[in-house]
Amino acid sequence: MKVELEADKCVASGQCVLVAMDVFDQDDDGIAILLKQEIGDDLLDDVKEAVAVCPAAAIRLVEQ
Amino acid sequence: MADTLTGAAHDATAVPEFPMPRQSRCPFDPPPALKELQSEGPLVKVRLWDGSESWLVTRYAEQRALLGDPRVSADTDRPGYPTKASAEAGEGKLSFIMMDDPEHARQRRMVTAPFAVKKIEALRPKVQKIVDGLIDDLLAGPKPVDLVDAFALPIPSLVICELLGVPYEDHDLFQENTKTMVRTTATPEERGAATREMAGYLAGQIGKRITEPQDDMLSGIAARITAGELTHQQATEMALLLLIAGHETTANMIALGTLALLHHPDQLKLLRETDDPKLVASAVEELLRYLHITHLGRRRAVTEDIEIAGQVIKAGEGIIMANEIGNRDPEVFDDPDRLDLTRDARRHVAFGFGIHQCLGQPLARMELQVVYGTLYKRIPTLKAAVPLDDVRFKTDAFIYGVHELPVSW
Ligand code: SF4
Repeated sequence: MKVELEADKCVASGQCVLVAMDVFDQDDDGIAILLKQEIGDDLLDDVKEAVAVCPAAAIRLVEQ
Repeated sequence: MADTLTGAAHDATAVPEFPMPRQSRCPFDPPPALKELQSEGPLVKVRLWDGSESWLVTRYAEQRALLGDPRVSADTDRPGYPTKASAEAGEGKLSFIMMDDPEHARQRRMVTAPFAVKKIEALRPKVQKIVDGLIDDLLAGPKPVDLVDAFALPIPSLVICELLGVPYEDHDLFQENTKTMVRTTATPEERGAATREMAGYLAGQIGKRITEPQDDMLSGIAARITAGELTHQQATEMALLLLIAGHETTANMIALGTLALLHHPDQLKLLRETDDPKLVASAVEELLRYLHITHLGRRRAVTEDIEIAGQVIKAGEGIIMANEIGNRDPEVFDDPDRLDLTRDARRHVAFGFGIHQCLGQPLARMELQVVYGTLYKRIPTLKAAVPLDDVRFKTDAFIYGVHELPVSW
C-alpha cells in the first residue's frame, strides 16, 4: 500500500506521529513528513489509525 | 385552527434549551437530557441563553464531518455564530482559534514548531522534575490540602512559563494573574484587569526579545514582528492564547481526573501498580474521552448550505458540536459510560477535530502522562478529604472541573 500526505492540509497536531512513528515524522515547523511512502502489512494497522485520527484529512492510503 | 395554533405553540416550547443542567447521579457524566437528545437523532434544534436557535450536533460521525468541513466557520463575527454566554459578547478575539483559513493557517503555523511530538518529548524530564517537586511540597506540607491550588494549576502554569520563556522571577505575577483569568468566580472587572496586566506584561516581554532574542517561544513570536508578519498586538494576542489555552484545561484534567479515579478504585489501582508507559498513555486518552471537560460544545457558523444526516443546515445558521456526548456515542465506543483505562480511546474528540484541533495536545498529553504516572504511585493512599456531595463542580464555567479538591493521604 502507498501512503499519501497532503502537507498543505496538515495542522501539525502530531497525531500521526503518535500512532505510526515508523511512517510519520514532523519537520521543523511541526508539519508532517513521510518517512516511508510504501508500507507493508506490518504497518498497515498503524497507518489506518493515523488516517482515522488525522484531524485535517491530510493522510490517504492507496492501493497500488 | 385552534389545534394548529396549540400545536405550533407546543412545538416552539419543545425546543430544548442548551446548555442543559448537569444534574446527574454521576458528576462525571454529561447531562442525562443531552444523552436523550443523542438517542433522538444526530441533529436537533436547541435554544440558547439569548433566545436564538442553533443546531446541536449530538453524534460523533456528524460532529467530525462538520468540524472538518470548510463551509463551517470559527469566526465569532459570522452571522449565526452561537455565543456561549453573555459574558462572551464583546470580548476580543482570541487569536487564530477564532479565525478561518487562510489567515488561521498562516498564524497557527507560526507557533506549531515547539509543539511537535519530539520537541515535547524532550521536555518530559523537566516536567517530571516540576511534578516531583510539587509532590515533595505536598508531602512536606499540612493536610488536607487543596489539590487544585497546590498541584493541578501550578503544573500547566510552570510548564507554559518554561516554554514561552517567562523569567523565573516573574512566576508569581504570572501565576496570580492567570489564576484570576481562569477563575470563574472572578468578576468581569477582575478578569479584565488581570487580562490587561498579562497582555501588558507579555507585550513588554515580546518587545524585549525584539532587541535581545533568546531561545524561547516569545522570541520566536517577536521575530515575526520584525519580519513584518505580525503586528505587536497580534503577537501579544497569540502569546496570551498560548498562555490561557493550556491552563484551565490541563489543570481540570488533573483535578477532575484524580477525583474520577478516586471514585473508580479498580481503575486507580491499575495506574498505581503499572510501570508500563503504554497503559499510562491509554489511561490519559480514556480520561480525556470520559471526562471531556469542554462541556459546552464547540461552536461554529455555517457559511454555505450543508446537507447532512437528512437535514439542510443553512448558511447563517449556528451549529454546536456536543463533543462530550460524541465521546459517549455507543456507535463508536463500547459501553461508553464505563471508565475503562485499558480501552483504545484515541479516536475521542476531546481535543476537537478539523483544522482547529488543539495545537497543544502533545504537551497536554505529556503533562497528563507524567502526572497520572507519578502522583498515585508517590502518594498511594491519596484520598478525597470531603464527600463527593460537598465538591463544588464548575457547572457554570466554560471548562468543566472542580473549584477545589481537598485531599489527604
Ligand atoms: S495527524 Fe494529520 S494534521 Fe496531524 S500532524 Fe499528522 S498529517 Fe498533520
